Amino acid sequence: MKSLVLHIILCLSLLVSSISFSQTVEVCDSCSTTTLKNAIAKANPFDTISIKKGTYKEYGIKVDKPLTIIGEDYPVIDGQLKGEVITVISDNVTIDGLFVINVGTSYTEDYAAIRVRKSKHFVIQNVVLEKLFFGIYIEKSSYGKLYHNKIIGDAKEEYNSGNGIQLWYSNHIEIEHNYVEHVRDGIYLEFSDDCLIKNNVSAENLRYGLHFMFSNNDIYQDNTFENNGAGVAVMFSKKIKMYNNIFKENWGTASYGMLLKEINDAEIIGNTFEENTIGINIEGSNRILYKHNNFKKNGWAVKVRGACYTNRFIENNFLYNSFDIAYNSKINDNVFDRNYWSNYTGYDLDKDGIGDVPYRPVKLFSYIVNRTPETIILLRSLFIDIIDFSEKVSPVFTPDNLLDHNPLTKKITW
Amino acid sequence: MFKILKYSFFDLMRSRWSYVYFAFYLLLGIVLLFLNNDLSKAVITLMNVIIVLVPLIGTIFGVMYYYNSREFTELLLAQPLKRPSIFLGQYLGVALSLSMSLVLGLGIPFIFYGLLKSNAIWDFSLLLITGAFLTFIFTALAFNIAMSNENKIKGFGYAILLWLFLAIIYDGLFLMTLIMFEDYPLDKVSLIGTMLNPIDLSRTLILLKLDISALLGYTGAVFKQFFGTSFGLIISFIMLIVWVILPVLRILYKSKRKDF
Repeated sequence: MKSLVLHIILCLSLLVSSISFSQTVEVCDSCSTTTLKNAIAKANPFDTISIKKGTYKEYGIKVDKPLTIIGEDYPVIDGQLKGEVITVISDNVTIDGLFVINVGTSYTEDYAAIRVRKSKHFVIQNVVLEKLFFGIYIEKSSYGKLYHNKIIGDAKEEYNSGNGIQLWYSNHIEIEHNYVEHVRDGIYLEFSDDCLIKNNVSAENLRYGLHFMFSNNDIYQDNTFENNGAGVAVMFSKKIKMYNNIFKENWGTASYGMLLKEINDAEIIGNTFEENTIGINIEGSNRILYKHNNFKKNGWAVKVRGACYTNRFIENNFLYNSFDIAYNSKINDNVFDRNYWSNYTGYDLDKDGIGDVPYRPVKLFSYIVNRTPETIILLRSLFIDIIDFSEKVSPVFTPDNLLDHNPLTKKITW
Repeated sequence: MFKILKYSFFDLMRSRWSYVYFAFYLLLGIVLLFLNNDLSKAVITLMNVIIVLVPLIGTIFGVMYYYNSREFTELLLAQPLKRPSIFLGQYLGVALSLSMSLVLGLGIPFIFYGLLKSNAIWDFSLLLITGAFLTFIFTALAFNIAMSNENKIKGFGYAILLWLFLAIIYDGLFLMTLIMFEDYPLDKVSLIGTMLNPIDLSRTLILLKLDISALLGYTGAVFKQFFGTSFGLIISFIMLIVWVILPVLRILYKSKRKDF
């Protein structure tokens, strides 16, 4: 017991001494230290390095001590296209307010503007990255925070561009209020669990706005994904929570608001899918709850490809989509209940807000378009309306148990 | 020609049918807007009305007017007037008054609704423009039918058949062709097929605004160029104009040779 108390006191005194003795190293053109590299070499652990406004042509900067690096008025760290700019390999590093440009491009190594490797408790905030290959690359690190960063790439081709924020084998990372545009994948998670992705904007990226691979128990909420090559892809992951995100204007042949592939036990609540070619494309995904989502003016609100079982679509708004739901098989094991469908034409005699006639969201025409895509040109023709109607009366090609028994007669508001 | 146009136009403006037609659209516009509370849905419903009803009314009205004003036409023919100007004047009178009923009938409620401030104004003007084009096309086709058939019953029969064919049967045949030849690249065929039917053509024009996100889902360079750029809009408008000019030319040709 006594040794424990002693141990604690020792630890505390060490901590206090380290705080009380922490110093600030200043970097500027006229200071004694003119480069960030020298400053890091000079500094003691837990010191603060303050970088004054200016341009610093440096690359391959290794942060191997727990330091706080603060830029004043966004000093420019110019990597001169020669390689990686900052690599963090120590715990407890804070990087704040830097402007990093000209990261080298390589086909064998993933050069990043800021890389964090095998570290814990790092904070990267208020950083602006431009002309980059990879932006912020978190590798086998955990308990980090990425706040208020702005990443603006100039990616043109997928094969020679990198991702804005990439997580690889990193857990418990918080990514908030970042802005990513014009890179390959805006935010990319691979083998990363328990992360929180919140209030970010990811737009105009070549491939996906957000990309999950083999990452479980993550939450992403209140993000906006706009005009990306193929929207958001969530693949091979479990127990992901997706709340209140906005997916907008992802147009093109292989473009989705959200692509779900091999996703189990996820929750998709309160999201808005607007003007995407396909709102959600589902493949091999089971036990997912879709609730309180808005699907507005999409080509296909939900496209179910196959092997999707016991998913529940409850209390969503399907507004003016060209097709509400598309199926490519006759078997249905998913539940649709209490949704509002703007295409619903039934009546509500007892005025309880629930239509008296069940709604069939899958139309014959969507089946035909699946088979012969060129027929899309006949969309909204009178003839198509007639055959859709006859299919509605007696389903032959579409799953006959796919019904919303309680279609709402008024748009749901939350 | 302008005297005859003026006469036909004012004659029609005074007639009951123009008022009924105008009142119908006015009512439709009001009901759609003020009971629906949603502009997007109203525009979709309007599209259905415009591509089905406008051609039907254009055809029937055109045939009816021609047969009804036959005695007057004969009287005019006895005067020293050019034949083309008589028929062209009558045609333009009918087409103009019909399109005016349409544009005003739908336009007034939408303006009161505050359309000018909303961003749906382009969708809506496109709807009205295609509606006017359809009126001109189908009235011209109706005049052609009426001029070629002395027998009124036959004329009406052909007119209804024409509408039925272009509005419904054509799409059915089109769909069957596409499904039968699904193994072949069909994007060019389907675009050409659309161009050959004025109803499909105007539908596509409106789809360009309403369902562009779905249309871009199909892989095909031709489709992509057509729908993804303003190319599609321009070609469609040119085709609509061609669709007006061709039947009008036939009216002129026919009017020079016809015996009365």
